Amino acid sequence: MTSWRASVRASVGTFLLDAAIEGSRQAVALIGPNGSGKTTFLRFLVGAVHPEEGEFILGNKSLVDTQKDVNVPTEQRRVGYVPQGYGLFSHLNVLDNVGYGLVGGPNRLDLSQRHLKARQILENLGCASLAGRRVAGLSGGEQQWIALARALVIEPELLLLDEPLSALDASKRRKTRKLLSQRLQLFGRPSILTTHDVRDVAVLGAHIYVLEKGRIIQSGTLDHLIRKPASDFVAEFVGPATLEDYT
Amino acid sequence: MNRNGFFSSLGSLLGIVLVSLLLVPLLAMLVSTSHQDIVAGIAHPMFLPALFLSLKTTSISLALTCLLGTPLAWWLASSRSKSTKIIELVVALPIVIPPAVLGVGLLQTFGREGLLGSLLQNLGLSIPFTASAVIIAQIVVSSPFFIQAATSSFRKVEPDILMVARTLGSSAVSAFFRVALPISLPGIVAGASLAWARSLGEFGATLLFAGNMKDETQTMPLAIFSAMESDLQLAIVFSLVLVGGGGILLAALRCLPLTVALTKRRPR
Repeated sequence: MTSWRASVRASVGTFLLDAAIEGSRQAVALIGPNGSGKTTFLRFLVGAVHPEEGEFILGNKSLVDTQKDVNVPTEQRRVGYVPQGYGLFSHLNVLDNVGYGLVGGPNRLDLSQRHLKARQILENLGCASLAGRRVAGLSGGEQQWIALARALVIEPELLLLDEPLSALDASKRRKTRKLLSQRLQLFGRPSILTTHDVRDVAVLGAHIYVLEKGRIIQSGTLDHLIRKPASDFVAEFVGPATLEDYT
Repeated sequence: MNRNGFFSSLGSLLGIVLVSLLLVPLLAMLVSTSHQDIVAGIAHPMFLPALFLSLKTTSISLALTCLLGTPLAWWLASSRSKSTKIIELVVALPIVIPPAVLGVGLLQTFGREGLLGSLLQNLGLSIPFTASAVIIAQIVVSSPFFIQAATSSFRKVEPDILMVARTLGSSAVSAFFRVALPISLPGIVAGASLAWARSLGEFGATLLFAGNMKDETQTMPLAIFSAMESDLQLAIVFSLVLVGGGGILLAALRCLPLTVALTKRRPR
């Protein structure tokens, strides 16, 4: 079973991120107010933020260790990333977006195999009919699936989802949340998502880390957060509810 | 007429005045030229050498501008260094400086008595009043248009998109060529077409730095200038050829991204 742990101390402008989290196959949810450092933490994990001090171990591989001067390049980390807004390549169609990670590097496949694998992933996610479409014409929900398919095609060791449902309207969010939960279970590897919605956490059964002003102030299950919220933000996030209300 | 209707009509009228100002001179040249004038103009001994020199030098200057300007534009768009502001200012300077001043500056740099004059002489090179001087003058006056357009286009590429490309196995260089460049291509092509058009019309800096020597440094604008001294009709024909050719090439460059998109291989 793949486990991971990451700690970071990094200054981004005047903001200081100083946090450590860890997980295994169970999904991890990173929650916190806007500007608390959630996205910065994910960006550290993909290699976009260079910390003063930091460590990132994925499975038995050390990807970042500032003490030993280890910093594995982003393209070699096998960390899948779905950013806010999905980051689809607007000059490519859906199939070429999904197959992007198979064009070069260690996952390289020839064109026919690449398209075959991309189609398989799209079929698994129930969106094979989108294969020939331009990404500009896709709805928010469709874009989200394509971004997920593109991240999964390289079979990452860890999947990062930055507010994956935030661009969807309420009804689509409800439907997509359940599907996303099923897909992540099938994915069977660790994942971290950031969210502002307690229902995302509940459906995924995720272990929660609460980030405020760049620091972890609480971690635990949703039930634990409901019973003992460590801050006003946590109390507001879980709301006046019991775990049964969300499951 | 209500207030909105009045302002809308006034706006349209002002727009028509400006469009007319742009279009009427071209029409004036067209209506004052017969088919025979055009044939005679094209057959004139000054025409073909000037046209070929213009096409050759503008092609080379455009290629060099793209080659040197694209990395600079990318750096300006992606760097957080404070020096980008200064470099951007320097890059924009040739737009506001009169071309004649740039010509004097180029002579003072590459001329025999110029800053690099003795160095170039030691290397056996003489640049002023050669085709190389034409190309340098064109690069100096046109590259700011390319760099500004390319920088603006690169700034629209979200850093997250490049980071996603990196997580999918692309190196930073590969992510630039496979993602940033194609996404920015329409803006880059627009900048290239502007730069090319500016090079084609370049006159002042070329005249001062490269001279106006038939077969050697006489580009189309300089040929028009020479023709004006003796034969206005000939100058009009040269001008019309430049307008027609420039228009066609500009349209082709603008259509390039669309053509690329349409001819792109469909997935199997």
